[in-house]
Amino acid sequence: MRTLKKNMLLRLVNSYIVDSPEPANISYLWNFGSLLGVCLVLQILTGIFLAMHYQPHVDFAFNSVEHIMRDVNNGWAIRYTHANVASFFFIFVYIHIARGLYYGSYKSPRVLLWSIGVIILVVMMATGFLGYVLPYGQMSLWGATVITNLLSAIPVFGQDLVELIWGGFSVNNATLNRFFSLHYLLPFLLAALVVAHLIALHTHGSNNPNGIGSSTDRLTMHPYFTFKDLVTIFLFFLILSIFVFYYPNMLGHSDNYIPANPMQTPASIVPEWYLLPFYAILRSIPNKLLGVIAMFGSLFILLILPITDVSRVRGNQFRPAMKLFFWFFVVNFFILMWIGSQHPTSPYVEIGQISTAFYFLWFILIVPVLGLSENTIMDVATEK
Amino acid sequence: MLSRLPASSLKGLRSLAEARPSAARSAAQTASRVRFSSSSASSSAVKSFLDSRATLASATLLTVGSIAWYTHLYGSLPFLGEVHANSPAEEGLHPPHYPWSHGGLLDSFDHSSIRRGYQVYREVCAACHSLDRIAWRNLVGVSHSVDEVKAMAEEVEYEDGPNDQGEMFQRPGKLSDYMPPPYPNEEAARASNQGALPPDLSLIVKARHGGPDYIFALLTGYRDAPAGFEIRDGMNYNPYFPGNAISMARVLFDGLVEYEDGTPATTSQMAKDVVTFLNWAAEPEHDERKKAGLKAVILFSALTAISLYVKRYKWAPIKSRKIIYNPPADKGHH
Repeated sequence: MRTLKKNMLLRLVNSYIVDSPEPANISYLWNFGSLLGVCLVLQILTGIFLAMHYQPHVDFAFNSVEHIMRDVNNGWAIRYTHANVASFFFIFVYIHIARGLYYGSYKSPRVLLWSIGVIILVVMMATGFLGYVLPYGQMSLWGATVITNLLSAIPVFGQDLVELIWGGFSVNNATLNRFFSLHYLLPFLLAALVVAHLIALHTHGSNNPNGIGSSTDRLTMHPYFTFKDLVTIFLFFLILSIFVFYYPNMLGHSDNYIPANPMQTPASIVPEWYLLPFYAILRSIPNKLLGVIAMFGSLFILLILPITDVSRVRGNQFRPAMKLFFWFFVVNFFILMWIGSQHPTSPYVEIGQISTAFYFLWFILIVPVLGLSENTIMDVATEK
Repeated sequence: MLSRLPASSLKGLRSLAEARPSAARSAAQTASRVRFSSSSASSSAVKSFLDSRATLASATLLTVGSIAWYTHLYGSLPFLGEVHANSPAEEGLHPPHYPWSHGGLLDSFDHSSIRRGYQVYREVCAACHSLDRIAWRNLVGVSHSVDEVKAMAEEVEYEDGPNDQGEMFQRPGKLSDYMPPPYPNEEAARASNQGALPPDLSLIVKARHGGPDYIFALLTGYRDAPAGFEIRDGMNYNPYFPGNAISMARVLFDGLVEYEDGTPATTSQMAKDVVTFLNWAAEPEHDERKKAGLKAVILFSALTAISLYVKRYKWAPIKSRKIIYNPPADKGHH
């Protein structure tokens, strides 16, 4: 134990993981941080092994993936794990964010922590998108074509930017090569951002369900929260195993088992499920440029919560009205996800537009107005 | 719950009092008289019903269970469903769900069916469709013995070389050779099939929505076009094919092949066998994967149970502690 506290490096480990004081009352919803860490490690490990056999070339990429599936020892397990953990990564990050929204974890003094988290979300999505291109099936090629084409909406230099990203005049071998390179690079950037996330967390520690200071009642990370985290980690492995071994392609699209063909557009081009809500927001705006701005805006708008949430009470635990509107927001998110998977016709377009409007209004109208009203009502109630 | 809410409201007020010194005294003084709407009296029976964990658990179970049941019945998640970019006619008729012998969580492939299916592929499908990703060696131990596969491979001539003289030569096939394609290139394939390209079948089960059900329904679903349905020359009507007009004609007819094991070669029998074979070709790891899956479920459910036990053991002193709040004598309630 002395070494753990005296050694320069181990001292950090001790202070971040072993003896770190955590609020005694944090619920299982606080386990998603460690689960996300496990996901990142799993993705990097399986990814490194996949990269040993993968060929980032338009002529060989699809075949090399099939080589991994058929000829590499347990290659199918590695690839299916990599593909399915990507989905779980997003399930967990959405729950992690929802937890932060519900309990006001973005409020001072955790604004930096929240902001780094939003950057992590954006980088994660970029990494997920780049990775989906690599098997170079039909959905890879056409998904890449659609998403990169979004940037052509930028005025003046949009088209030039897209061609710069492609390294040509369409998605081609140069594009696949650089996407592979970036897909290998970004996870390490993510790891660095995670360290920054932890440093930003360290001074004030975790928020807790009551939203009040917890310095009077804290427990050490080890053994209390290490063993608590372990429960959900094993539960995650159990559910992940069921997907990997029994339903490995459930979350994927069958078209991606057709080799990419630039001469043939698939009947429908849909992104991975975790990007669907943002895809719905993109398609809800009739103007292409505004649609792209709205799509990116829907992620970055998370950054203004520390400003727009003016409530004096942290979190929704003691705010019944805000609880209601939090769940409206969650349901609205699922509606957007559903709309993103539908063909853009009536009534889906109209539903999508209403949901998009609600999504943005929630941040810039509902949250501040509710906070203001509650503050006022409390002032009135406590005034003589 | 009833007793906790006002107390916590008090806590909120106290931190408020720190933040705004001007309002501090009045707030604290009136705090005990303030009644918040959330603490208003309601029927305690309803309240305890709504607050009980059993209610929460059973409601969750009902939701998850009904979603699972719906998914089991209709093969897709409720509300989310499948991705439809086209009208149902353009999508093709949804195939029924067939009871595949390898469909269950504990089921492996029916390997004699794979063997019969290989025969159907070789004698029927292979005339037009390639199977590029399957080598002769893949059949060994799956549907045939090594000697049988060697004999089958040797029947095919492969170009090899160059030899010492720099010339290409023909040699009999080896276990490491891949299945010979019916056409040398895509152009030849299109030329022989009125411009249509017969797809490679190695991944066909994974590459089509509906998987084995779709392939089976397609192979057995040929019928006369309904009145009013315009069909171009050289095309065939099949309700399961997207657009309903398919270049491939019906190929499976009763008695088309003669199975070596004496199984009657009906259309549906051959379709079932060839789909099982193609399913194996798309997922050769299938049997091994499900076996490993059972091990993983045993391992991780045990580890989850053990870790739950350890967690509760470690937390027992925390969960059973008693917290007493003694208000400081000098400050008191003011």
